Amino acid sequence: MTNNKANKNIKNMTLNFGPQHPAAHGVLRLVLDLDGEVVEKADAHIGLLHRGTEKLIENKTYLQAIPYFDRLDYVSPMNQEHAFALSVEKLLGTEVPERAQYIRVLFSEITRILNHILNLTTQALDVGAMTPFLWLFEEREKMMEFYERVCGARLHANYFRPGGVAKDLPAGLLEDIYRYFSNFPKYIDDMEDMLTENRIFKQRLVDVGVVSKAQALDWGFTGPMLRGSGIAWDLRKSQPYDVYDKINFDVPIGKNGDSYDRYLVRVEEMRESVKIIKQCCEDLPDGPVQTLDKKISPPSRQAMKNNMESLIHHFKLYTEGYHVPAGETYQAVEAPKGEFGVYLVADGTNKPYRCYIRTPGFAHLQGIEFMTKGHMVADVVTVISTMDVVFGEIDR
Amino acid sequence: MENVLVKHIQENLAKQHKAEFFVIKDELVLVVSPDNLHNLLRALRDDTNCLFSMLISVCGVDNPHLEKRFEVVYNLLSLKFNTRLRVKVKLAEKEGVPTVRDLYSAAGWFERETYDMYGIKFLGDVDMRRILTDYGFKHYPLRKDFPLTGYEEVRYDIEKKEVVYEPVKLDQEYRNFDYLSPWEGDVAKQILPGDEKAFVDEVKEEKAANDK
Repeated sequence: MTNNKANKNIKNMTLNFGPQHPAAHGVLRLVLDLDGEVVEKADAHIGLLHRGTEKLIENKTYLQAIPYFDRLDYVSPMNQEHAFALSVEKLLGTEVPERAQYIRVLFSEITRILNHILNLTTQALDVGAMTPFLWLFEEREKMMEFYERVCGARLHANYFRPGGVAKDLPAGLLEDIYRYFSNFPKYIDDMEDMLTENRIFKQRLVDVGVVSKAQALDWGFTGPMLRGSGIAWDLRKSQPYDVYDKINFDVPIGKNGDSYDRYLVRVEEMRESVKIIKQCCEDLPDGPVQTLDKKISPPSRQAMKNNMESLIHHFKLYTEGYHVPAGETYQAVEAPKGEFGVYLVADGTNKPYRCYIRTPGFAHLQGIEFMTKGHMVADVVTVISTMDVVFGEIDR
Repeated sequence: MENVLVKHIQENLAKQHKAEFFVIKDELVLVVSPDNLHNLLRALRDDTNCLFSMLISVCGVDNPHLEKRFEVVYNLLSLKFNTRLRVKVKLAEKEGVPTVRDLYSAAGWFERETYDMYGIKFLGDVDMRRILTDYGFKHYPLRKDFPLTGYEEVRYDIEKKEVVYEPVKLDQEYRNFDYLSPWEGDVAKQILPGDEKAFVDEVKEEKAANDK
């Protein structure tokens, strides 16, 4: 009788996790249905950082749209500019000079390392290891100095352009990048010494948030989330853009599809990125860094002072912008978090008619429902950080 | 390899499901009616000659000047054949489209987003809560007739000690520049803003001619 009465009073607890929670990596609100400490259902409420990026882009010229891409996934800005630049180039039919392509690849890979450092070290922080965060954020700062030297900003770069990049590398930067990244794998080793065989770290990550191959495909996972499950798919290899087809690198994949495998995949990706960066530094050809079509890229300062035509081009470019021929295209890049794509519809005017932004985090976070099911509350934190969520890109 | 795939889609799948097939700048596009969408996507996913196993995204496009105003665009990826494909459905304002969540789990949030942004209804076993906009939001912000500034703004009222919603008040009117260049293209044919004052008769004549 008493047993029966006790049963009646047991019901699942609903826990509101976020939107202000340090382990939510941003403004994520999760409504968790808990049976004791076991998660039965996780319902993610997103959109608290929705800024209407797509609508804003529809009201700006193509050139003015680029800074919005920095503000999506704000820890990997240049990769996203890359996707937009590629799609505009495709519609314009512009050729990009080889030097510009190499510079773009170089900085895309620096960005990948920046992103993975943030993800891996904050994941370690979430599960209780603080030191890697302190060590590697210092290195992150040094890499952001390279950003600053090339475009003037540490975070919101606004550096890639349809048709090339905004400016050539300043003198001495290439040597400094090469020297720095020759030395950088040492820091990855340091982090691995702290984490890879660490008992607590493995206890928290191994077998948590397992994604099978079939699930990864079904839920539209890309990037390390897909490779962690053992599917060798990397857009840099399978659909190479810019000069990725001229560069030697490997694509690491995981085996079990759990959080620990994804950690290992990301660590190896950082090592591969260092390889790519060094190759770019060695192979970087001379030449222009922007297309020579003066309707798309601005004239030099000197030409502007001496040449009426150039002055007009400059004025037209920065007021009206260029008109992109009507058409539509979908171009995707392998951003650090997965496939970042831009579906661009142009109507022949100087503004995009529609610019849909496909972000990897949006698809990944959707999977939180099945990834946390049956796990403990503490594992929810691991799952969130293994998905590498950044709300700038999820909410757009 | 790819040509075999293109041929297969064109000759078999497109015909079976009454879809129109285009190749635009090396990108494959299928346009299909809402009724045939579900079967077509199932065929594209399961047919061993295509295996479009991933749904990359679903998004909407608004063309208010057309009778079939909305377009829903499904972006598919075949890992095996390393090919992308877009499937498009055209819809009038009140029309709905069957959900594909039973085929691809990924569709869930993408469909919710499309609904949130355009008000396009997805039919079937779906979760049609809004996803990106505010709790209690009423409009469809990515429609072309929704103004960039929106209708409501939010602030914290220090006297009421709560967040209040008010109609948007702009200190300065939103500036939308007109970029049409009078010196480009066929000047004789262009009608620029303000021309109606200068050449009232000609503009009227032209309009009448256009109407005919």
